[in-house]
Amino acid sequence: MFNSNILKNEEKAVFALRSLYRKYGYAPFKMSKFEEYDLYVRNKDFLVSDSVITFTGMNGKLLALKPDVTLSIVKNTKDLPDTVQKVYYNENVYRVSKNTHEFKEIMQTGLECIGNIDVYNIFEVISLAAKSLEAISDSYVLDLSHIGIVSAVLDSIGCSRETGKKILTCIGEKNQSGIEKICSENDISAEDCEKIVSLVGTYGKIEKVLPSLRAICDTPELSAALAEFESICSLLVSSGLGERINIDFSIATDMRYYNGVVFQGFVENVPTGVLSGGQYDNLMKKMGRKSGAIGFAVYLDTLERLNLVEKKYDVDCILLYDETVQAADLAGAVNKLVAEGRNVMVQKTLPENIKYRQLLKINGKEVDELENND
Amino acid sequence: MINVALPKGRLGEKVYDMFEKSGYECPSIKEVNRKLIFENEEAGVRYFWVKPSDVAIYVERGAADIGVAGKDILLEYAPDVYELLDLNLGKCRMAVAAKKDFRDNTENTLRVATKFTNIAKDYYSKKGRDIDIIKLNGSIEIAPILGLSDVIVDIVETGKTLLENDLEPKETIVPISARLIANKSSFKFKMEQIENIKNSLKAQVKTDD
Repeated sequence: MFNSNILKNEEKAVFALRSLYRKYGYAPFKMSKFEEYDLYVRNKDFLVSDSVITFTGMNGKLLALKPDVTLSIVKNTKDLPDTVQKVYYNENVYRVSKNTHEFKEIMQTGLECIGNIDVYNIFEVISLAAKSLEAISDSYVLDLSHIGIVSAVLDSIGCSRETGKKILTCIGEKNQSGIEKICSENDISAEDCEKIVSLVGTYGKIEKVLPSLRAICDTPELSAALAEFESICSLLVSSGLGERINIDFSIATDMRYYNGVVFQGFVENVPTGVLSGGQYDNLMKKMGRKSGAIGFAVYLDTLERLNLVEKKYDVDCILLYDETVQAADLAGAVNKLVAEGRNVMVQKTLPENIKYRQLLKINGKEVDELENND
Repeated sequence: MINVALPKGRLGEKVYDMFEKSGYECPSIKEVNRKLIFENEEAGVRYFWVKPSDVAIYVERGAADIGVAGKDILLEYAPDVYELLDLNLGKCRMAVAAKKDFRDNTENTLRVATKFTNIAKDYYSKKGRDIDIIKLNGSIEIAPILGLSDVIVDIVETGKTLLENDLEPKETIVPISARLIANKSSFKFKMEQIENIKNSLKAQVKTDD
């Protein structure tokens, strides 16, 4: 129907991901463009940026252009016992760009799995995240972390909330010297400090990291979190995804919303993460819901420059004509060229800054070649 | 190939020496000319000199896989990068300085002149002090002398410039030193090389005592 070369990376990804999510029984979820602003005020910390584009609706209610999709999906699903609702979406969201400090439209696709979440559901979502990355690029890495493990380690050292937050920032930066400094400033014992540092220092393939994690596992909470993490990891390894998954506890997310596994995906030659997600039962609880939930989003805007190949020509041929040419003759000539598989731009004069393969001119019914750049 | 953004100037040269000792030498870098990019294909490394305050941008956006930036820049711009190592070089501190006879009159808004607006805002908001930020791009020391500001927030190395201008450091905000930073995505795909560089630099870091 169409040449796949014509599609941009992000458009190809949308098609590939849509068919992937359908295969696993995820249903499309089409949302309204606007959402009541109130929803975001109540869950402001869940948003990546605090700024939201707002306007007044016809009934006087304050509405917002969606800065986030997950909250709307959660709001529109119900707690149904023993069922899991599986949806995927492809939506534009509006967020403030860190660099321009202006609103930006970001195309985002992703899925959410809401309900009675068990180990299989968690495994399914993580493996779909890995498959999503595979659909985008051959060279990808999915980083996997578990908030339960990170928070159990922080709880076990018994530091204040403020200090815990600072340590978490350093964990996110893989900043060992920063952690050591905070620990010495806050009278945290060398042993506990070592525990956090080794958490930051343990990253890499699943089989390499899990044994060293067991070594620092010394509280019941930590053991419970690690047991869950291990069962998920072993499922991923046995399904052949182990090679592409790294355990890395530096994925810094808000512990108030996320509780279990969190993950982040990278593809080679894109400088930022292209996928992020996790289990967010805490957000569900905060929204007064009984269900658990896990999901992820793929940031399609980051793919724009991936494997960008400079096009040699903008157009195959430019066809010049003048007043003496009959419109019907011109149309006939154009149709003939298009039928031959070339794309044609019809102009009276040669436009500037267009790279063309061939320059043609129509005289009466005859088409002459003026220039050939091949 | 690992791309390394080095800060132009004395600090960058010291850092390059550390890379050289780690086996990532690139002799052409020592030639006196105006070239900015130097490559040693065999060692798998490419260096480029950039303005110190721009290193973090090159690394965050992936034009460089790793780089060396001052903690002041990392605090000010909060780039989304990994901070792998404290090189314990280029040591100084971010401080509040004022005229020697300055007394903070808490009745008024404090006027703060600085290049580092985010660091200054963050410091004073934690103290709950109402301030007016005056963003300057250089010669910050003049501001209190001319009455443009009450205090300045700036980097203090020896304190000599301050002293010569009849100013003195009043409070230390944070100690500063050079850090090895890495792009998050590059770190995933070039983990082994970046780890090697980090470890051999770490072995050369001099401790204070």
